[in-house]
Amino acid sequence: MSARRPTLAVWKFASCDGCQLTLLGCEDELLAVADAIQIAYFPEASSAMAEGPWDLSLVEGSITTPHDAERIREIRRASRHLVTIGACATAGGIQALRNFADVEAFTRQVYARPDWIKTLATSDPIAAHVPVDFELRGCPIDKAQLLEVINAFVYGRRPQVPQSSVCEECKRAGHVCVMVAHGTPCLGPVTHAGCGALCPGCHRGCYGCFGPKETPNAPALSAWLEHLGMKREEIVRVYRTFNANSDTFREESLRHERDTDHQG
Amino acid sequence: MRVIAPQAMDTLIRLLSEDGYEVVGPTRREGAIVYDRVHGLDDLPAGWGDDHAPGRYRLWQRDDQALFGYVVGPHSWKKYLFPPRETLVRVHRRDDGGFETENGEPSPPRRAFIGVRPCELAAIDVQDRVFLGQAVRDRAYGARREGVFLVAVNCAEPGGTCFCASMDTGPRAKSGFDMALTEVIEGGMHVLVAEAGTEAGEALLQRLEPREADDAERRAAERVWREAPQRMGRAMPTNARDVIARSLEHPRWEETARRCLSCANCTLVCPTCFCAQMEEVPDLEGRVSERVRTWDSCFNGEHSYMVGGTHRTTVAARYRQWLSHKLSTWHDQFGTSGCVGCGRCITWCPVGIDITEEVAGLAGGGDS
Ligand code: SF4
Ligand code: SF4
Ligand code: SF4
Ligand code: SF4
Repeated sequence: MSARRPTLAVWKFASCDGCQLTLLGCEDELLAVADAIQIAYFPEASSAMAEGPWDLSLVEGSITTPHDAERIREIRRASRHLVTIGACATAGGIQALRNFADVEAFTRQVYARPDWIKTLATSDPIAAHVPVDFELRGCPIDKAQLLEVINAFVYGRRPQVPQSSVCEECKRAGHVCVMVAHGTPCLGPVTHAGCGALCPGCHRGCYGCFGPKETPNAPALSAWLEHLGMKREEIVRVYRTFNANSDTFREESLRHERDTDHQG
Repeated sequence: MRVIAPQAMDTLIRLLSEDGYEVVGPTRREGAIVYDRVHGLDDLPAGWGDDHAPGRYRLWQRDDQALFGYVVGPHSWKKYLFPPRETLVRVHRRDDGGFETENGEPSPPRRAFIGVRPCELAAIDVQDRVFLGQAVRDRAYGARREGVFLVAVNCAEPGGTCFCASMDTGPRAKSGFDMALTEVIEGGMHVLVAEAGTEAGEALLQRLEPREADDAERRAAERVWREAPQRMGRAMPTNARDVIARSLEHPRWEETARRCLSCANCTLVCPTCFCAQMEEVPDLEGRVSERVRTWDSCFNGEHSYMVGGTHRTTVAARYRQWLSHKLSTWHDQFGTSGCVGCGRCITWCPVGIDITEEVAGLAGGGDS
């Protein structure tokens, strides 16, 4: 490697830590990673904290407070490259369910002194606040894809992270389609690849953890889910998980919510 | 006409294994008939049938012990000859700055395929043209294809999405097999009519000690061959090639795109689709890089990525690419149709889009 290893920082916003742990979970590869890149700021792994600026910042979590919104701008200023990791940082995460509700009403219900709570009305992806160089999908992210992104960064190339469907991974793995063969609802046809079709491999439908694929056609899938017997309110729910706030899933759940309301 | 007992399949699988073949064939898993290693009669899906409709597949229990009472499942032999992921070459950086290369995969095993349907024989023939019949021969495909022993099974009960008769690829195999079987079940009769297509096939058949068919068996077999073509679930319009060639601006592409998920399932289950993407996979130290080939599809945006970006940006453009390549431009490219009428793309399309209905719609004769 070159004399100066690029520096890496890992940042956390509103999230569960699962995506950062994926980096620590790279047991076999962690030494090679540490050889290639200097892990300079990673509170989850080490109390030693180097000063910025950083060559590569991995950002986990969504923006939910005014303080977060300020902090991410500072991090952006101090980072040459900024990559978001996971559904929270890329789409707002499961906590973006608040975007469909009245957050003020929540704080009044939950806290004795709601006036002490400074929170935003929405849970936002990082890209809603600062420019992002690459968004790595998943809840949680996939270890192999994370290593690919780091590798691509080290060598200054584009990450090879396909935007095709989970179905493609499902078929490559030789799984039997749960939707066609069992009638089990599956979000695979509209969901971004990356997990290796984990759930269909366990006879379950895809939950959409990696968010929408490139050119998703959610209305066509929803029509088929109805044909399989799903009720409209159930369809609203399948799109309202970790990527509820991604454009495609949000529009699709809202469309079905509106229609449910109309039906009374 | 010679027959063997269904139990002779056990001997057949054992003999092929003893001869050094890795024997693969139909077996039941996850509610479907898939292709995997088979070690004896017990691994075959005796007594199971399959129901096919657009976007729907279900197994059902037959009232007989037919070994080949299903049609085709989601897998095809493509997964062995053109695997979904393979390392083509591995490149090592030498200390002096040069490179060394080695083959990505160890030599493939010699395989025997049991239960190859006539449409699947045709599909293997199509992929042979693609991978071996061009100016540059695909070495990895050739190495896997070379020693394959093919035991075909003619179709007695074509499925709901089958249309091989209209593609002239079945339901009875004419050539391209080492041995072909026809399962005949009638009253108390249950035999496999066996034909040899090669010397190797004849030699194996001899070792199974076949006997001459009696009159009843002969008549029953002839009935199977006569009636199977009448039992096709579907038909492809005869002039598909021309219909598509003159429909490039047809409004139906847009209509179908509203239903199509661009999920790529149709291309991946298709036994002739050959598109792949190449990835260079370097290690973090920058010492070794692998060139990996994985199945790709014209339904993916990246598939048409060129300088300046993706040029098939809409689902309509991608659906049109798939249909026109399969049924029209494939003829120009390889001298055959790219479709053998197996029906997989219809059954395994998660929203049941039907290639025969699409062509009929373009022709103006469908119920579009
Ligand atoms: S099981 Fe789901 S992901 Fe797999 S092919 Fe079927 S629809 Fe696609
Ligand atoms: S296009 Fe469809 S019916 Fe034709 S060979 Fe491919 S999967 Fe089979
Ligand atoms: S139909 Fe599409 S995926 Fe299949 S071979 Fe042609 S271009 Fe490739
Ligand atoms: S035709 Fe069906 S299987 Fe093919 S891409 Fe469209 S939705 Fe998927």
